[in-house]
Order: sequence, then C-alpha cells, then structure tokens
Amino acid sequence: MGRIALKQVQKSFGDVTVIPPLDLEIDDGEFVVFVGPSGCGKSTLLRLIAGLEDTTSGTIEIDGTDATGLPPAKRGLAMVFQSYALYPHMSVRKNIAFPMKMAGMDQAEQERRIAAAAKALNLTDYLDRRPGQLSGGQRQRVAIGRAIVREPAAFLFDEPLSNLDAALRVGMRMEISELHKKLDTTMVYVTHDQVEAMTMADKIVVLQAGVIEQVGSPLELYRAPRNKFVAGFIGSPKMNLIEGELANEHGCRTIGIRPEHVEVSTTEGQWQGTVGIAEHLGSDTFIHIHGVPGCDPLTVRADGEVSVRHGDTVFLTPRQNLIHRFDDNGMRIE
Amino acid sequence: MATKASRSAARLMISPAVVLLLGWMLIPLCMTVYFSFLRFNLLNPGDNPFVGWENYRWFVTDPSFSAAMINTLVLVGGVLLITTIGGIMFALLLDQPMWGQGLIRIMVIAPFFVMPTVGALVWKNMFMNPVNGIFGHIAQSLGAAPIDFFSSIPLLSIVLIVSWQWLPFATLILLTAFQSLDQEQLEAAEMDGASWFNRFWYIMLPHLARAITVVILIQTIFLLSIFAEILVTTNGGPGVATTNLTYLIYVSSLLQYDVGMGSAGGVIAIILANIVAIFLMRMIGKNLDA
Repeated sequence: MGRIALKQVQKSFGDVTVIPPLDLEIDDGEFVVFVGPSGCGKSTLLRLIAGLEDTTSGTIEIDGTDATGLPPAKRGLAMVFQSYALYPHMSVRKNIAFPMKMAGMDQAEQERRIAAAAKALNLTDYLDRRPGQLSGGQRQRVAIGRAIVREPAAFLFDEPLSNLDAALRVGMRMEISELHKKLDTTMVYVTHDQVEAMTMADKIVVLQAGVIEQVGSPLELYRAPRNKFVAGFIGSPKMNLIEGELANEHGCRTIGIRPEHVEVSTTEGQWQGTVGIAEHLGSDTFIHIHGVPGCDPLTVRADGEVSVRHGDTVFLTPRQNLIHRFDDNGMRIE
Repeated sequence: MATKASRSAARLMISPAVVLLLGWMLIPLCMTVYFSFLRFNLLNPGDNPFVGWENYRWFVTDPSFSAAMINTLVLVGGVLLITTIGGIMFALLLDQPMWGQGLIRIMVIAPFFVMPTVGALVWKNMFMNPVNGIFGHIAQSLGAAPIDFFSSIPLLSIVLIVSWQWLPFATLILLTAFQSLDQEQLEAAEMDGASWFNRFWYIMLPHLARAITVVILIQTIFLLSIFAEILVTTNGGPGVATTNLTYLIYVSSLLQYDVGMGSAGGVIAIILANIVAIFLMRMIGKNLDA
C-alpha cells in the first residue's frame, strides 16, 4: 500500500515561503512525476514527503495515518538520490544490504532479497565491487536496488537521471518504468525534464514557485493546459504563444499553437514569415520562423525531408481546432 | 617544459638547491654515525679513540634505556589515543551549526599556537601545582587532598599536557574531513533506518578513516621527539619516570658530556623512528590509496 495525501502542507525557510499551503493526493500504485523549472520547490516537496524536512504546517498522511511527525525511517518510504548517495567504503552487496541490516532482518532473508534485486537489476556480477568501480548507470541501479529490497510503501526519486549521459538516460527511463509495472508500487519522481515526465508518469504535477499549476495525465496536460505556464512547459519543442493582433482575432489576450499543429507551405497559408534556423533531425525538421507578428521566432515542426533554406519565405496555417486560448491572467479559455 | 633542452636546464638550475639540502642532511647524519663509534667525552678532551660498538652496548644495556623505550611508547600511544578520540568528538561538536561558531573554532585551535615550553609551564604552575594550581584549589574546595601531579602521576601529566597541545591539530584535520562528507549519504542512511550511532559507525567513521590515518602518521613523527615539555616540567624524573628516548640522548650527551654515547643513542633513535614509519606506512598506507 502506498497512498500519500498532503493536506495544506506548507514549508518556509525563515521568512521565505518555499511552498505555500498545498493539497495533493497520490493513489496507491501510481507513478507521479513532479515537474517544474529549477527552484520551483519540487525537491523540497519530495523531501517533505520523505521526512528529511519538517513541514511548517499541514499534515502528511501515508496510508491514512498521520506521518507528519514521523522520522524518515518510520515512514516506510525509500528514496533514490540525485547523487545516488551510495556508501563508498561498502561493496555493492553491503550497500544493498544496509537497510535490511539496520532493520535487523534475518541473514538468509537478506541474502535472498539481495540475490533477487541483483538479478532484476543486472548487478549479479558486480556485487563484490565498490561503488567507485562502477559506471554511472550501474551506480544508479545499485541505488534502486538498495531501495527495492526494503519493499517500501512508495519509492521517491529525486532527479535520479540527471547525472547520466543522454543515451543512458533513455535506457534507465525504460528500466524504471518497467520496474514500476513489475512492482506496482507507488512512485514519486522529481525531474525538471518534461520528456521524462511525459514518458513515465501516470500523473504529472506541474509546479511553479511552490504552487501546483496543474495535475493530470500526460495527455491531459498536453491537450488542455490549464494556463500559459503549463502550456509552455509541457511539450517539446515549446508551444508558440502569440500575443497581439493575431490573438485578438480569436477574442483573447494570448493564443497558443504547438509546433506540430502548424502546416508549412511555400505557396499559400494564413500567416507569412521567413525561415531563420532549421534544425534537421532526420525524422522531423524544426523550423524557426521570423516575421509572424506577436511571436518571434515561431517554431514549427515540418517533415524531415522538407527543403527550406535560411531566408526563404514560407506560409503557415495553424489547425483551427488545436489553437489554445488564454485570457488576461494567462488562464485557459475553453 | 617539454623539450629536452628545457628539461636539462631545469635540472641544472635546481641542482644547487638539491646539493645544499643533501649536504645539510647528510653531513650531520654522517658525523653522528662517526661520533657514535668514538670514545668522545667532553670532560676528557684530546684523545678520541675508535671503540667500535662499545657506545651502543653501553647505551642499550643502561637500565634507563628500557625505561625510556617504554615511556616513549606510553607517551606516543597515550597522546594518540586521547587526541584521536577527543578530536573526533570535538570535530563532531564543531560541525554543528551554532552561534559564534567562528570564535569557538579559533578558541579550540588556539593551544596549537602556544609554544610547547610556555604551554607546559602554564600547565605546571597554574593548573597542576598542588598549592597554586587550579586543580589543587578545586580538590581542596571539594575537601579532597590535592594531587601532586608531577610526583604521583608524572608520565600521565606529561601525556595530558601534550594531548592538550595536539588536540587542536587532530580536531582541525578531522573537522575538515567531516565537512567533506556528502550530506546525501547521511540522509540516505537516515531513510534506510540507521540510528545516529549507526550513521556514525557505518558512514561517518569509515569516511574519517583517511583523515585519522593522517593524524596518526603526522603526530607519531612529532610525538617521538617530545622534549621541551619534559625539560621544563619534570626533567625526566622522578628517577627516569618521564625520560623518553629523546630526553635520554640529551642526558647522555649534554649532562654527562658523553658525545659518543649521545650519538649512539641518536643513531638508535633514527633507526627506531624509521622502523615505526615503515610499519605505519605499511599498516595504514593502503588506507591512503583507496
């Protein structure tokens, strides 16, 4: 079981309020991702759940019981840190065994769980090495191994992939997702990378300055961002936010259109502009277009084989039903 | 500095310094070895015949020699024990965030800046003196008889004074080691259910191992040659109760005017110090590699 409920949780450091009162429900077995720019309080929120920081006010419930005052060890949660926080002087085996040793678990049971975790994480050949002799991805897996042997109510991940190189990150992303499918345990995952959030989450929590901007499934957030911040944060490349004349035509302050929802043509279209930089990825081409009033540059996603050159004039047609409209406060207009 | 010419130029230019330093070290060493084989007493000037190993034989068979060896070991071992354990505790305390941290740290480090003679005299006259010392006053105010430190527990008193001097060094090295400990490791251990003692034992202490090694290594080298503290407090006495190897060499060469004997003692001390150094390096050197 791993139901976590935050009720009016607030956190201040001295006079600075990092997290104004906040409510959040995390269901059992859910993969929840906290995403937001640096300094938005997502790591602090995770540390509050872990018990590594004290709440200034409000209550944290785990499985229906009040855990606000409980020390971290008593909450039944396991955490994977950004720096992995492996114990450098212990072998991989001892690292993984450490939480069980602290709990005074039976030796045979410890061995069984270590073997199972090592097998699941492909660490069997490395059990007698020290963390310093492992690669980044292997260290990450040891940190996960140390978390899963405890069979916690929920896993907490604090930007676990940010120290890995891009290729490894994609691999580890899959492994963590598969682990979640296999264990079916609640996971709370903090990241600043919206791609990680979109690909892994059952539920995304978008945070800005300690405030929850929107909670929903990846596609809900993609289809119907509640405000301009979420609209700009979710999706890659970012949504184009257009102000002024073109927005006024739709009767609102700002309109948003995703790069993948704009048709590019060299002959005709609604808007006209000149090509700036074109990023050819092979599968797609991201073209930065200058000259569209109210948004400079405007990014569009075109076919991989499209042949446009710097300085060409192109015509753009947004798909009318996929234009997002925002009011003066930046909130979505349905 | 990569070309052949620049490398040989560098060698040429550095050679005067190397030759000077080598001479500085080798000439006294060779003369000590040479004197140790002569009958060379300043009270009988003139004839200094070669006597082979005689000086060594007399020095080693002197009953004060074995006493001095044991005293040296007790002194070094006692101070190491007190400063390492005390240093860890002080470092733990000083690592806590508190008001006036900078000032307190300077105060803790202060004994290191006091000259050994001065420090020892302050302890002798103002703390341990049975009549005027603070400890005497405290004992009297509690109705107990004051302890005459330097006659009843002379060696322990020296150990205490030297520990006071070296505690700041150990504290300083161990404090920096504590500060370099990754906080996430401690948090991870906390999440893993480790109590404070377990975090200390399994995370902090192994992290300190290297710093402790450095403290032991450096202090051993300096503690083997403790002299000033003994000279100004007990003069090696009562009897030979506080005579260590260094002090015994001083007694033979400068109080008994026997340069030959003193030199033999010096050579023995050099050999012993090297044995200890090799032993320590072997034992804890592998700690430094990891």
